[in-house]
Amino acid sequence: MGAKKASPDLLNSSFSFKSLKLKTKQQELLLRVSILGLVYVLAFIARLFSVLRYESMIHEFDPYFNYRTTLFLTEKGFYEFWNWFDSESWYPLGRIIGGTLYPGLMVTAALIYWTLRFLRFFVHIREVCVLTAPFFASNTTIVAYFFGKEIWDTGAGLVAAALIAICPGYISRSVAGSYDNEAVAIFALLLTFYLFVKAVKTGSLSWALGSAFGYFYMVSAWGGYVFIINLVPLYVLVLLITGRYSMRLYVAYNCMYILGMLLAMQIRFVGFQHVQSGEHMGAMGVFLLMQVFYFLDWVKYQLNDTKLFQTFLRITVTSAILVGGIALGVGTASGYISPWTGRFYSLLDPTYAKDHIPIIASVSEHQPTAWSSFMFDYHILLFLFPAGLYFCFKRLSDATIFIVMYGLTSLYFAGVMVRLILVATPAVCLISAIAVSATVKNLTSLLRTKQKVPQTGSTKGVGSSKSSSKVTLDQSQPFQKNGAIALLVGVFYLLSRYAIHCTWVTSEAYSSPSIVLAARGAHGNRIIFDDYREAYYWLRQNTPTDAKVMSWWDYGYQITAMGNRTVIVDNNTWNNTHIATVGRAMSSYEDEAYDIMRSLDVNYVLVVFGGVTGYSSDDINKFLWMVRIGGGVYPVIKEPDYLVNGEFRVDKGASPKMLNCLMYKLCYYRFGELVTEYGKPTGYDRARGVEIGNKDIKLEHLEEAYTTSNWIVRIYRVKPPTNRL
Amino acid sequence: MVKSTSKDAQDLFRSLHSAYSATPTNLKIIDMYVVFAVFTALIQVAYMALVGSFPFNSFLSGVLSCVGTAVLAVCLRIQVNKENKEFKDLAPERAFADFVLCNLVLHLVIINFLG
Repeated sequence: MGAKKASPDLLNSSFSFKSLKLKTKQQELLLRVSILGLVYVLAFIARLFSVLRYESMIHEFDPYFNYRTTLFLTEKGFYEFWNWFDSESWYPLGRIIGGTLYPGLMVTAALIYWTLRFLRFFVHIREVCVLTAPFFASNTTIVAYFFGKEIWDTGAGLVAAALIAICPGYISRSVAGSYDNEAVAIFALLLTFYLFVKAVKTGSLSWALGSAFGYFYMVSAWGGYVFIINLVPLYVLVLLITGRYSMRLYVAYNCMYILGMLLAMQIRFVGFQHVQSGEHMGAMGVFLLMQVFYFLDWVKYQLNDTKLFQTFLRITVTSAILVGGIALGVGTASGYISPWTGRFYSLLDPTYAKDHIPIIASVSEHQPTAWSSFMFDYHILLFLFPAGLYFCFKRLSDATIFIVMYGLTSLYFAGVMVRLILVATPAVCLISAIAVSATVKNLTSLLRTKQKVPQTGSTKGVGSSKSSSKVTLDQSQPFQKNGAIALLVGVFYLLSRYAIHCTWVTSEAYSSPSIVLAARGAHGNRIIFDDYREAYYWLRQNTPTDAKVMSWWDYGYQITAMGNRTVIVDNNTWNNTHIATVGRAMSSYEDEAYDIMRSLDVNYVLVVFGGVTGYSSDDINKFLWMVRIGGGVYPVIKEPDYLVNGEFRVDKGASPKMLNCLMYKLCYYRFGELVTEYGKPTGYDRARGVEIGNKDIKLEHLEEAYTTSNWIVRIYRVKPPTNRL
Repeated sequence: MVKSTSKDAQDLFRSLHSAYSATPTNLKIIDMYVVFAVFTALIQVAYMALVGSFPFNSFLSGVLSCVGTAVLAVCLRIQVNKENKEFKDLAPERAFADFVLCNLVLHLVIINFLG
């Protein structure tokens, strides 16, 4: 809708440009502001599907942690938050929350909350959290407008704002309720880039300072800041190599780097990484390189003599390389500069995680991206992107080089990991906006010059028509005009398809909270499965306050946030061994698992089971990851024990170890008595479409405590040890 | 070879010196400031090498304060230099105001980081 709305207005603005010559400036301004206002509102309301369809609630897994910490922040204040040691997670280790999170999101939400309260709007903090993501998405559109204006012109800025407002790649992470770091991080990312490009263009210290602050905000919000600290130096390096070095670049980069680095060090989770970890060394190297480069430039300027300068160069360059090499060698050898982290490696080499770190590979959003999801998230932008690149190369400037590099690098990363589509989205939108804007502008100018003077260009290409319209060729006039009109109609048709696609994707795919499941019933009616919350509230109401709940790590944040009970592991996967212990317990026989659970002081075990409802992302389908992660630390757990001929099955043909491990027993306990589907035998698992292999499950050390109405969540109590009499 | 290099170097320094003496005084003052800042940073690094970097944040804030000061001063120097055509329309007053603002931020952060 936004694209539809914006583009005709854009067209109007260029038409009204002619009809009312007196007040064109004002009129244009009015149009621009109203379009931006509409886009701003649109970006917000397009993300409210989930609230309308379900209710105002927090989605998924990580947002529950963010919500819990925000609640803590607003109740206890900033200093308590900063020093918070959380004993409710990672039992018995606990977690230092203040020092191990990115506080940007929570502080932002708390500030909004406090501002609203100051203005006497007494809202609940949950509403603020739910609406933070759409609010920042709206702000991102404004930044996108200014960015587009900076790299191309105002038209491109407006189109970029409209495109990004409804781009599914961005909406997927910023619907109402997805209260996650990415929600504010994309805003911060784009703001930093915009301010940096502005700084490079003007060479002013204050813009560079602004971009340093943007970087600080980004660092405080999301671990993805590593992308900025690597892209910006890369950009500088490319400019240096291509001979586009300028004093403005020196001012912008150095100020931004020094101040940004210092500001980033104030975030405790990041700490000294900027001077210690290998991921940040590139930026420092480029910083030093710039000093050398500037110094050489200065000396060259002073000397005015090539021969002398060459001697000088020889002396300095050899000594500089020597010193740099020694410093890097000593730093790496002494372990002062830490090597790259696993996540970073898996970005450069997509197969790395699969072989080395199962805990990263097990997360579905860390998988390589499929082609279809590119199409799904970008739609026509995928085709407009190369066209935009063409226009960028045609009018090369410092700013367009930046956006091209941003687009290409982020698109590569988007191909490596699904979740990084998000990072590429702004770049793709901006570059596509350039394509749309330039095309529409060229076509309309062609139409307008037609009306005035019989003066035309050739019909060779849409892109080159502007420059060639000045060339006087006369013969193909009517044909060309019609062609231009047809092409314009085509562009608007594409844009409207895009708008329809975006709306459809948002409402169908990206607005489900995943904590409440919806399905279509046999008569086409909607069925809501609210089992998760049912189970968590049961925990909250019926278990002792100091009870420890063991579950797979996916549900840790939700149990602490909604159930208010201590968990063994949660989604902050900082301790692989601890998670492996839980994985081992889940994949052992009941006796062995009981010992592990006793040693971890577990009172309740929670499993998620989709066999009754056909919910496929349940613990049985995640089970192989538990085995892999457990086996990575404890070699007693072997993956082949759970497979039959390399195949994972739960029916009669399953391996005996599989049929008797704790996870299987807990999921399928009493399931053998149940008829799930008409015409099928008892114990028919609808998620996997098989009849289970072990229908007669007896539990010795655990007892069923609670099973939700659709059997999605099952909770078991761990019995105390039997009397030894 | 060595002889010719040292002779070259001597030549180099002589001509550098003569070229530099033509620089305006205000730029020379900034240069002094930069050299002083870099020198202070070097002293701190040498001290760190001798004594150890235990309060690492203190060391970092000390060195980065110097480096930051030097870099910002170089930026100021670039901006106020009349011979740089890129900054023709930037008033020296504006450049100095930016410089002061950046320094203010830099040192406030340093104070926070000093621990």
